[in-house]
Amino acid sequence: MNRPFLPSTDGGSSPDASYVLSQLAWSGFSVLHYRRRQLVDRLVTLLTGLAVLTAVVPLFSILIYVGVRGLPALNLAFFTQMPKPIGEVGGGMLNAIVGSILLVGLAAIIGLPVGIMAAIYLSEYGRGRLADIIRLFTEVMSGLPSIVVGIFAYALVVRPLHHFSALAGGIALGVLMIPVVTRTTEEMIRMVPQSLREAGLALGLPKWRVIVSIVLPAAVNGIITGAMLSIARVAGETAPLLFTALNNAFFSISLLQPIASLPVQIYTYATTPYPELHRLAWGGAFVLVMMVLITNLLTRFLVRAGYQVDR
Amino acid sequence: MDKENELIRRSDESLADRLFQGSTTFFALLIPILLVTMVVVLGFEAWPAIRRFGLNFLTSSEWNYADEFGALPYIWGTLYSSFLAILLALPVSLGVAIFLAEIAPLAVRTPLSFLVELLAAIPSVVYGLWGIFVLAPLVQRFEAWLGARLGFIPLFAGPPLGLGMLTAGVVLAVMIIPTIASVSRDVLLAVPASQREAALALGATRWEAIKVALSNARSGIIGATILGLGRALGETMAVTMVIGNIRSISLSLFQPAYSMAAVIANEFSEAFDPLHIASLIEVGLLLLLITFILNLLSRLLVRRVAAAGGSGRR
Repeated sequence: MNRPFLPSTDGGSSPDASYVLSQLAWSGFSVLHYRRRQLVDRLVTLLTGLAVLTAVVPLFSILIYVGVRGLPALNLAFFTQMPKPIGEVGGGMLNAIVGSILLVGLAAIIGLPVGIMAAIYLSEYGRGRLADIIRLFTEVMSGLPSIVVGIFAYALVVRPLHHFSALAGGIALGVLMIPVVTRTTEEMIRMVPQSLREAGLALGLPKWRVIVSIVLPAAVNGIITGAMLSIARVAGETAPLLFTALNNAFFSISLLQPIASLPVQIYTYATTPYPELHRLAWGGAFVLVMMVLITNLLTRFLVRAGYQVDR
Repeated sequence: MDKENELIRRSDESLADRLFQGSTTFFALLIPILLVTMVVVLGFEAWPAIRRFGLNFLTSSEWNYADEFGALPYIWGTLYSSFLAILLALPVSLGVAIFLAEIAPLAVRTPLSFLVELLAAIPSVVYGLWGIFVLAPLVQRFEAWLGARLGFIPLFAGPPLGLGMLTAGVVLAVMIIPTIASVSRDVLLAVPASQREAALALGATRWEAIKVALSNARSGIIGATILGLGRALGETMAVTMVIGNIRSISLSLFQPAYSMAAVIANEFSEAFDPLHIASLIEVGLLLLLITFILNLLSRLLVRRVAAAGGSGRR
């Protein structure tokens, strides 16, 4: 009868040697095994920390370079003057800044109403299969390459009108904006507590009144935030403008003419060999990054404030 | 009389209700309608090229601006650069997701998540600018160093130019890390805490408990990766600015190349020949269909985990 892991019971006063040895070996093994598992645990923790560092280094590199090279390029002339001919120092990006504002405004006129109305449907009425499909398509749409949306606007607007125009660019950006607005707004409206809706309905208000006079005002911070985020996102888009709004070396605010924009100008300047234009490109990048940074920070505070009101 | 008024008011209200619901439904329906219209319009505009070249369009490298258009070099460049990007981004993103969902102290999670989200919000033209002036010179030095030692391997053959496949892959990786990381983090958070607690109660270390959560989140993480792949395939500006824009099919990481989105960005506004335009639109249509399918797939995968997680901890 050989039971290595139990003390021998045949009357001996000392445990037999093979048992002691096997116990020792086992505990030694398990200590080692445990050490190894702990070590692996530490190692993984370290590796994930390194991964975060790896992901954040490019961000800081971008922010630092944009700050160091972009900030000196910003002066009054940057915002108030037209680009100078190549070879001359100075000049600004007035036409591109005005163009961007116009394009983004146009996009907001198209994107915000559609997005907000769709979000109201999804959060207030959206149950069942149809809503699921719409939600899925919204997610899919927000992942589509923006250049494809540019081609769409080209076929829809540039083709029939026979020339590039600010209108086509604004429509491209507006279409891009729709899924972003829809998703953020839906989330914001969902944060409004159910009890508010029930209170309204209990007072005999029809559902549309509950939505318009109770739910939307309660969610207004969030909706504004979502709108700002999507505007900031769309303001940095370049690809869909390349063959819709094109570019314009001159000042223009006409909807039916090609128009300059900040991102397209950054792209064209960056790919020329002239340091003076590179300087302006970095200045433009600084403006875009600041806009993104500020809206994102603002969003955090607004949404946090919203949370506190809700709870 | 009063009762009559009341009835009229009620029916007005119910009409208003239906009108309101109807109009929100209309706008919501616009989204799928827009998507379908996009596919139809692009298919229509690309039709001359589709009819002329058929499947040859995918396998031919001839692009002579007159009567021969084949997209193979662009397809190769897009697939190769996206593959590189996933290769580089996936381990980092998983690390970030695990750190943010499982390891980081609560006080650090929010600011770190914010930084990762910020990375996703930076415009791609700024990534391109950074790629040209900051990353490319670094990559060039790295290529010179590596080429001198391992240049005999086809992967590292060619002159160290800085602008080429490697830089494109790195920029793309940086750009898709936030996508993969934040979706994976959400998926991990949707896995019920009880599973980790059960593992911990059995004496598992934290990493062993995380492995349990990871295996449950697997399909969601695959979904996140596919989502990142979709982003990488369609990314235009940053790639156009750093990939070198030369039609070539080469395994070498140092070689300048081209991509589908880049050729559209570079040639579309100056294309006048109808066949040239149709060919460019067909490249766009291919991009649209591929990303459409990938996005659909990834969302369904991610949803499955979120649904299975049910009462996930937040």
